Amino acid sequence: MISFTIKRLFQSVLVMLFVALLSFFLFNFVGDPISNMVGQETSHAEMDDLRERLGLNDPFIVKFGRFLADAVQGKFGISYRLQRPVDELIAERMPATLELVFLSAVIATTLGVLGGLVTGLKPESWFSKFILTGSLLGVSLPTFVIGILLIYIFAVSLNWLPSFGRGEVVDLGGWRTGFATLSGWKALILPAITLALYQMTLILRIIRSEMLEVLRTDFIKFARARGLKKRDINFGHALKNTLIPVITVTGLQVGSLIAFSIITETVFQWPGMGSLFIQGVQFADVPVMSAYLVLVALFFVAINLIVDLLYFVVDPRLRSDLKGGHQ
Amino acid sequence: MTSISFGKKWASLLDHDVTYSFLHSPTAIIAAFVTLCFFILSFGAPIITSYTPFDPESLDLMDGFIPPAWSPNGEVAHFLGTDGQGRDILAAILYGTQVSLTVGLLSVVLSISIGIPLGIIAGYFGGIVDTAIMRIADVQLTIPPILIALMIDGVARTVFTHSLHEVVAIPVLIVSIGIASWPQYARISRSGAMVERKKDYIAAARLIQTPTHLILIRHIVPNVFGPTLIVATIGVAVAIIIEATLSFLGVGVPPTAPSLGTLIRIGNDFIFSGEWWITFFPAFALVLLVLSVNLIGDWLRDTFNPKLR
Amino acid sequence: MAVLEVINLKVEFPTRRGVLTAVDEVSLSIDAGEILGVVGESGAGKSLTGAAVVGLLEPPGEVAGGQVFLQGRDITHLPENEMRQIRGDQIGVIFQDPLTSLNPLYTIGRQLTETILTHMKLSPAQAKDKAISLLHEVGIPAPEMRLNAFPHEFSGGMRQRVVIALALCCDPSVIIADEPTTALDVSVQAQIIALLKKLAKEKGVAMMLVTHDMGVIAEAADRVAVMYSGRLAEVGDVRKVIDEPKHPYTVGLMGSIPQIGQNLKKLPNIPGSMPRLNTRPLGCAFESRCTKSSEICKTKIPALSSVPEENRQAACWLFQEENEYA
Repeated sequence: MISFTIKRLFQSVLVMLFVALLSFFLFNFVGDPISNMVGQETSHAEMDDLRERLGLNDPFIVKFGRFLADAVQGKFGISYRLQRPVDELIAERMPATLELVFLSAVIATTLGVLGGLVTGLKPESWFSKFILTGSLLGVSLPTFVIGILLIYIFAVSLNWLPSFGRGEVVDLGGWRTGFATLSGWKALILPAITLALYQMTLILRIIRSEMLEVLRTDFIKFARARGLKKRDINFGHALKNTLIPVITVTGLQVGSLIAFSIITETVFQWPGMGSLFIQGVQFADVPVMSAYLVLVALFFVAINLIVDLLYFVVDPRLRSDLKGGHQ
Repeated sequence: MTSISFGKKWASLLDHDVTYSFLHSPTAIIAAFVTLCFFILSFGAPIITSYTPFDPESLDLMDGFIPPAWSPNGEVAHFLGTDGQGRDILAAILYGTQVSLTVGLLSVVLSISIGIPLGIIAGYFGGIVDTAIMRIADVQLTIPPILIALMIDGVARTVFTHSLHEVVAIPVLIVSIGIASWPQYARISRSGAMVERKKDYIAAARLIQTPTHLILIRHIVPNVFGPTLIVATIGVAVAIIIEATLSFLGVGVPPTAPSLGTLIRIGNDFIFSGEWWITFFPAFALVLLVLSVNLIGDWLRDTFNPKLR
Repeated sequence: MAVLEVINLKVEFPTRRGVLTAVDEVSLSIDAGEILGVVGESGAGKSLTGAAVVGLLEPPGEVAGGQVFLQGRDITHLPENEMRQIRGDQIGVIFQDPLTSLNPLYTIGRQLTETILTHMKLSPAQAKDKAISLLHEVGIPAPEMRLNAFPHEFSGGMRQRVVIALALCCDPSVIIADEPTTALDVSVQAQIIALLKKLAKEKGVAMMLVTHDMGVIAEAADRVAVMYSGRLAEVGDVRKVIDEPKHPYTVGLMGSIPQIGQNLKKLPNIPGSMPRLNTRPLGCAFESRCTKSSEICKTKIPALSSVPEENRQAACWLFQEENEYA
């Protein structure tokens, strides 16, 4: 178990280094950082001077080393567009994104897994068919369309919920949370549902098909041949075997929530990292883009690691394989 | 083959399992019909409508904000109304669908062109080649395609100057969505190759010195056709959504060639002031198109699933 | 009285091209302690017969006719919850592949005690003891420790023993074994066959042994039923059927098994192949491959009838007068 974890950690570090390299290239070789930072009247001499001072003429290894050192501390330079340090911008906006993603993850995972199990166990019931049709629609509705639709119904027509912003936030030592106020919650609902819907339908369909697969296996057939009660078969044997794919799926989906939060934040003008990133792309704000790249990679790598470790806990076959198991 | 009469071939096609399944599935028929309509209407736009909504010279601000034909103040000439600049919404949807379909289809073609060969190579030759290719694929699979497409597009934006970018925007979009999605096709062809590689007839083919590339093309490719078709169909729907999303966010197609996503973004500003039709009809068209393609994909999946037959 | 009695069992598959009859009027009976081998090629319908007996036909397959009697009780169309109680308790089932038959995530101890507790009123401690004694009976060493092992930690032969233990755990009166040795090494096969024979005799279990392997039948079975294209071709005492086959198909089968010491230029076989379910001819299914066929074989299906002066049944016009197929 330990050796497995160390091996995976090592691989993760390798991946992060690779991403850092990509980010570094982006930062330094795409476009000229200096001309992006200074005004139009700056003379060439001044620009060269700036270049020297910022160490832009140093050898590659030195620059990369500095980049890494900075990156580890979270420093990614200064946003071209907003003229503020990128790490400050990110720190300000991270709580907004994380709270949104967290709530969406909870909604998507619980409803998706439940729905998937129900439709997998009883595929012929009208309830299952209804959910399945709904899920097809859910997969066909792009996130931004859902957002606009919800805004139109609940904010414009019914005027129950706000259509932008976070509402009132409470500052808990640097972390500005929306969970503490009613208006904060009101502002969270529509974006959270929007973000959750696509993922929820994906999770539902995957869990359902996994459940149907498991129910077709020989050992389920054998369990029925032994006269085991349906409840024991469905919620014991079948459920436990569905658990493994459930873990992968939910792990991966949480990761993609981060990606889709970009869209949701744009539609709802939610002040999070996603909207910062999009504006960065629109304005070719390289520091912001490269910082986001590294951050998101870190997040994905971490999730993959946790999912792999969870597999270990759940599937006894993996444990013995590494013990040098018996064939 | 030439001796079989056309009538017989047609009869056997009609009797084929796939055809049977199609003709007995009302949703598949309707979905296919709708998709076909989208194709014909959008690429036939120049013939169907005389409006050219993206040629600024042809627009008249006086035509702005006309509601759909069935509302008061509506005009039949602008059946679905116009936006703030006087663009006819129906025409805009037709031209916009052109862009969506083009990007959607070509990006899937690109993904297949990259993914299938790579997967076959990985599955057939195994070893380090396999590990290398699949590791990259696995890592990429965990990252949502939209993020990858965003990144590539963002880089392109910094590399190309503004005016150059307008020209290359659509190819860049196709390339970025295409690159973002190749791993799933690699997975399919790899497992197909691994299954077939073990079979006796492949050993026999090798024995008689059939060149490797012929083995790969003739024997393995046909076997992965079914699953690839299913994934590709759904892939087109996903690609259309990704393109629409990127365009909605302002980082997709350039303003000179708007797609459905751009139209929705334009209309979004007017939801609060009551001109709902500017967003609604493009959004409806988008959802209808994606839904139809998804339905076809679903039907394909059910048809090709041996266990459900 | 026979423990298991199957009368004119018919299994059909409605498809869009019409109804396929996979098992056509098959009748069998098995006494306590007797092993009946059911042999035939793939697709002959032998596995389906076994599945139909325990009510485990996969849809769209259905029992379209005939009856199944378990110790005199008609269980053909029992409601599912009653059938469930019979399965595992009075009828035990063994499937072909022991690796996939066991849930990889549960210890074998758990799978055993679960089955025991489902059907028998015992305390968990008693169930555990029973599980240990069962493992011992099927020849698994150190059973107390093996209870906590997972299926993948066993070898193929050991896994099949576990499967057999699971089939036996509630002392059933009937066991249906579907290709129990096919997935195993030849050396292990012999052990499993010996185990099955021992258990049948010692416990008086009526066993239906379904296989395509004549060697297994010769080793293990008391009587044999030969199936061809969904119908019975011949039924009789194992030694007699092997030494003096009556039905031309059985004759061909026995003839195709090479003997040690024979000096053959070519491996003998029966030309042609068994018709698929949707291309069965009007008359006898074997007619096109039969060296002894006559006109009537083409048009009328021979019923399974007793061969005169022998304790044998054969479905062949060679041994009976023309009478209408029921």
